[in-house]
Amino acid sequence: MSGLNELTIAEARDALRKGEVTSLELTEACLAAIDAAGALNAFVHRTPEIACQRAAAADARIRAGDAPAMCGIPIGIKDLFCTKGVASQAGSNILKGFRPEYESTVSQQLADAGAVMLGKLNMDEFAMGSSNETSCYGPAVNPWRRGNDATPLSPGGSSGGSAAAVAADLCLGATGTDTGGSIRQPAAFVGITGIKPTYGRCSRWGIVAFASSLDQAGPMTRDVRDAAIMLGAMCGHDPKDSTSADLAVPDFEAALTGDIRGTRIGIPREYRMEGMPDEIEALWKRGAEMLRDAGAEIVDISLPHTKYALPAYYVVAPAEASSNLARYDGVRYGHRARLAAGDGITEMYEKTRAEGFGHEVQRRVMIGTYVLSAGFYDAYYNRARKVRALIKRDFEAVFAQGIDAILTPATPSSAFGLGEMADADPVAMYLNDVFTVTVNLAGLPGIAVPAGFDGRGLPLGLQLIGRPWDEAGLLNHAHVLERAAGFVSKPAKWW
Amino acid sequence: MSIDISTARKVAHLARIAVQEEDLPALAGELSAVLAFMEELNEVDVAGVEPMVSVTPMRLKRRADVVTEGGIQARILSNAPDAREGFFAVPKVVE
Repeated sequence: MSGLNELTIAEARDALRKGEVTSLELTEACLAAIDAAGALNAFVHRTPEIACQRAAAADARIRAGDAPAMCGIPIGIKDLFCTKGVASQAGSNILKGFRPEYESTVSQQLADAGAVMLGKLNMDEFAMGSSNETSCYGPAVNPWRRGNDATPLSPGGSSGGSAAAVAADLCLGATGTDTGGSIRQPAAFVGITGIKPTYGRCSRWGIVAFASSLDQAGPMTRDVRDAAIMLGAMCGHDPKDSTSADLAVPDFEAALTGDIRGTRIGIPREYRMEGMPDEIEALWKRGAEMLRDAGAEIVDISLPHTKYALPAYYVVAPAEASSNLARYDGVRYGHRARLAAGDGITEMYEKTRAEGFGHEVQRRVMIGTYVLSAGFYDAYYNRARKVRALIKRDFEAVFAQGIDAILTPATPSSAFGLGEMADADPVAMYLNDVFTVTVNLAGLPGIAVPAGFDGRGLPLGLQLIGRPWDEAGLLNHAHVLERAAGFVSKPAKWW
Repeated sequence: MSIDISTARKVAHLARIAVQEEDLPALAGELSAVLAFMEELNEVDVAGVEPMVSVTPMRLKRRADVVTEGGIQARILSNAPDAREGFFAVPKVVE
């Protein structure tokens, strides 16, 4: 057997139930891997005591025969999730020292299922970024390299720490969150699976809010089966989140039949972007062939408003962020600036927020403030919300034609180097989300699956987009794609 | 629409973020670049389209208007940078 920290969740679950391994052994293997992987900067707050306590409790539950699938499985939690008594900073200096008095619903559900929290994972500040470089902890580093070239690469963002940790076998799975692609883009950059469920599937309660109408939590795992298992433990109705859907949670793992005969897969022509690398185009084509070989029908479709998704997103998301982040005022939690003699409350707010927020967060808060300000609200914010309605209508039209899932590339490139985008204008970084952001705007489920490599040996992912609430069908299609692509590689260990 | 320095100053103040005077030109430039990107939305015919309110058609649930978790003053204040006598403390607001 390979190292215990290298097991999939399904393998670990089966071994735990058979008594071949204990949760404590799994947990200790992960803690050792984390200690040896400081160079990846993935875990930014470690909780070994909590982990060992929970592992011992999980072992007792497993011995008693009361073991849900996630029982005893060591996982990492993105820093965006509030975890009781454990630092939860959303990657920001403004929440330095914050120790929540409560636990997010998603992390509580995972704990109730017996999962073992190893610590908190690095991320872009307030989940605003696509490279993990806006983090107050410094960036997480991608465990993959371009062959023998030692240039440190970005693990993507915002869930970059989650992606690096799962790809480097520091934990068996991790939570992520996705507002415009923050689960799927990093998953693609490190060769793992990440699913953003339908808006409303996972409770947002206790997750630091970025853009409330777009944010969703989801699992990041080594394969599709693990995503199905972990997602099942994360979602479900929560009275504390008024947008949480009161729907039964299907058995996602049972849906992985591998049979997709007769289903219809849409290939949206608008996703064929100018300047898209040939290898991504080729991978996309191969993905469609794999699904066709498995018995699906491939259909050309049109999503005419795709081009406007990014600009609409960069109105709606900053607008909501400017409102959500108004709470960071130096009064109730987190950082407060040192005041000069005579400073009043306005100076306290302004200095606190200038010191506590990083550059990208400040920029987005100000953009959001501008598009919501008197005189511009209609021109920007209302127009963007109308375009958003049209984007959703595009998807509804193709689903009404009988399309079951849509296949697209996950990202417009493989992982880029840390710092390589530093001189680019902000819009160049925003283009990372070009294939993923439509899914958030329409509230749909989307999954990234590793499907191949680029010429430099870096993973590339494909994205499948599903009908609302059809995560089960989506996961089954992803499972077929995963098996056909046969992506099993791991990064060569250098850290 | 491009943002000039005085607009940048105003936006920073509305957002309650202190920006040094010498940093305003660069900020105005960055905000203008992002807004130029948003101008693409003007190409879309949105006549007769209702702005999206909720991405998933749903009726928000109601609950009884009662305290669900109260009497936890110490926990609420536990993360405050400055809490005194059971209150959040801030610089003087009213003269």
